[in-house]
Amino acid sequence: MSTDSLAGLTLPGDRNTRPFLEVKDLTVRFETDDGVVQAVSNSSFVVEKGKTLGIVGESGSGKSVTSLAVLGLHRTRSNAKVDGQIWLDDEELVTATDEQVRKLRGGKMAMIFQDPLSAMHPYFTVGAQIVEAYRVHHGASRKDARTRAIDMLARVGIPQPERRFSDYAHQFSGGMRQRAMIAMALVNNPKLLIADEPTTALDVTVQAQILDLIRDLQEEFGSAVIMITHDLGVVAELADDVLVMYGGKIIERGPATAVFQDPQHPYTWGLLGSMPRLDRDVRERLNPVKGSPPSLINLPSGCSFHPRCPYAGRNGERSFNEVPELRGGMHAVACHLPAESRREIFQQEVAPNL
Amino acid sequence: MLAYLIRRIFNAVLTLLVVTLVTFGIFFMVPKLTGSDPALLYIGKTADAVSLEGIRTKLGLADPIIVQYGKFLKGLVVGRDYASGPDVTHCDAPCLGYSFKTEQEVTPLLLSDIPVTLSLAIGAAVLWVLIGVATGVLSALRRGTFLDRAAMTGALAGVSLPIYFTGLLASAIFIYWLGWLPNALYTPFLENPLLWAQGLILPWITLAFLFAATYARLTRANMLETLGEDYIRTARAKGLRERTVIGKHALRSGLTPLVTVFGLDFGALLGGAVLTEAVFNLRGLGYQALQGIRQNDLPIILGVTLIAAFFIVFINLIVDLLYGVIDPRVRLG
Repeated sequence: MSTDSLAGLTLPGDRNTRPFLEVKDLTVRFETDDGVVQAVSNSSFVVEKGKTLGIVGESGSGKSVTSLAVLGLHRTRSNAKVDGQIWLDDEELVTATDEQVRKLRGGKMAMIFQDPLSAMHPYFTVGAQIVEAYRVHHGASRKDARTRAIDMLARVGIPQPERRFSDYAHQFSGGMRQRAMIAMALVNNPKLLIADEPTTALDVTVQAQILDLIRDLQEEFGSAVIMITHDLGVVAELADDVLVMYGGKIIERGPATAVFQDPQHPYTWGLLGSMPRLDRDVRERLNPVKGSPPSLINLPSGCSFHPRCPYAGRNGERSFNEVPELRGGMHAVACHLPAESRREIFQQEVAPNL
Repeated sequence: MLAYLIRRIFNAVLTLLVVTLVTFGIFFMVPKLTGSDPALLYIGKTADAVSLEGIRTKLGLADPIIVQYGKFLKGLVVGRDYASGPDVTHCDAPCLGYSFKTEQEVTPLLLSDIPVTLSLAIGAAVLWVLIGVATGVLSALRRGTFLDRAAMTGALAGVSLPIYFTGLLASAIFIYWLGWLPNALYTPFLENPLLWAQGLILPWITLAFLFAATYARLTRANMLETLGEDYIRTARAKGLRERTVIGKHALRSGLTPLVTVFGLDFGALLGGAVLTEAVFNLRGLGYQALQGIRQNDLPIILGVTLIAAFFIVFINLIVDLLYGVIDPRVRLG
C-alpha cells in the first residue's frame, strides 16, 4: 500500500506531526445473507484543523460508510467489520473501546445528517434533543444546558429560539430543521464535523444559506470538516481537498482546485460532464457516466470502473485483471492509463465538452 | 381541544346507538322472522295461552318492533315501567329488561359480574404487557440469537394454542397434579386480596400467555423497525449511552403503536373473556354471555353485547385522546 499523504504532509508514523484526522487503509465489510459487502476498501486520507475535505461519489460509493466508520457507528452493527487505522488527534479509534469512542462521538467529533426530519426524533422536542446532546458530554444542569441550546439555536440563525426550543422537528421548515440539526451537532464545539449531504433535502436557496452557515461556524470554531456530497457544486464551493470515491475505493484525491481544473480519472471526467452548467451554451444533452454503480458484493475484477470506462483496455488487459493503485503525490489517481495519454484524452476529448 | 372532545363523545354515543339498533334488531326481529316466540322463551313451553298473552303485554312484545325499540331506548336512558294489569314493575335506568330465565333485572345482574371480569382483565393485562414487551424488546436486541428464536417459538405457541387447551392444562398441572393452588372460586378483592389473587392467578397467566405472545411479536417488529430509523443513528452519533439509546429513544417510538392495540384488546376483554371465564368457572360477563346464549336468554345477550360495545368505544376514545399526548405529530382539534 502506498503511504503517500495528502498535501505533502510527513509520513504516517511520525507521532509529533500526525495530522488532526488521519485515516489509513480503512476497510469496511458487511457480512450479509447475500455475501460480503465490500463497502470501503483500503481508503487513506487526512484532514487538518480548519480545512474541509469533500468526498464525492455516486450512491453506494462508500462515502457515508467511511464517515460512519470514523464516528465508530458501525460498532453497533454486529455484521460490520472495520479494519485499518483512524487517528483523531493522536488517538486511534479502530482499536479503541466502545466507551472511548462513545465519549468522542458528539463531543470531539460530530455529524450532520442528510434528512433532518428523519434524523431527529419525532417524539422529543428539538430543544430537548439538543439539551441531551450537551448534557451527555458536560455534566451541566438542565437549566444551563437549556441556555446553551437556545444560544446555539440563535447562533445558527433560528428566529425566536426560546419559542422554537419547545417545538418538534415536524413543526420546523426544512431549512430551519437542518439549522437545528447543525446546532445539535455543534453544541459541544466539535473539532471534527462530518456533514453527510447536508443540503440534499433542501431548496436551492436554502442550500446556499446552510453552506454559508457551515463555513462561518467552521471559521469560528476552527474545526476540520468532512463534507460528503454528490453535488460537485458544493465541493467546489467549500472544499480544500477532494476525494472521489467509486465502488468503495478512493480513485482520485487531491486539492480541490487541481481536481476540478485538471481531473485525472475518467470517472471524475464523467462526474464533471454530468454537471449542468449555466455559464456555457446549452447543449442537447448532458454527458452522464453510462451504466450504473457496481454491486459492492460482487465488484468487477481489476479496475472496478472498467465496465463503464470508455478507455478500458487501452493499456492491455490490466484494466480487467489488476486493481489500480492510488498513485501520485498531492494529486493522486488510481488509473491504469499512463499519465500522458490521460492528459491527451482530457485535453482533446473531455475538456471541450465540459 | 374541548370541541374535539365533545365531537368525539358525540360520535361515541352515536356508535353505541347504532350498536343497540343492530343488536336489538337481530335479537328481537330474528325470532319474529323464524316464527319462534320471545314470550314463549320467557315463560317456558308449558305456558297456556292466557299467561302467554299476559307476558306479551307486560314485556310489550305485541307492539311493533319500532315501538319496542323506542321503549328499550327509553328504558336505557330514563328507566321504564312494565305493567301487566294492576301490578307495575319499575326498572331503573339504565334498564336492560328482565332475564327470560331467572326473571331478574338484567342491569344489576350484569353489574355484579363486572368486578370479576375487571379483575381478570386488569391482572392479565398487567402481566401480558410486562412479559410481552420485555420479551419483544430482548428479542429485537438479540435478533437472530438462540434467545430470540426461543422467545419467538414460544410466542408462536402462545398465539396458536387456544385458551381451553392452555387453561385446562394449567389447571390440571397446578391445581390437580402439583396442588399448588386451591380450586377456588372468585373471592372479591375487598374481602380477601390474597384469596382474590390466588383464585385469579391461573386465569391471568393463561390469558396473558395468549396476549403476551402477540405483544412480544408486535414489540419485536416495532423495535426492529425503530432501531433502523435515522434518529436512532443520530442518538448514537450524539454519544448517548446505548442504555439511553434503547431505553429512551427506541422504546419511546417502538411502543407507541402498542397503545392502540392495547386499547382494542383491553376494551374487548372488558366485555367478557368468554373462553377464560368458562374454563375457570369465573362468573363474569363472558360467562353470563355464554349462559345467555345457551338458554336463549335474549335480554342477557343484548345486555352483555351493549356493555362490551360500551367498553370498546370508551377505551378507544381514551386511546385517541391519549394519542394526542404521546404523539406530538397528532394534533387534536
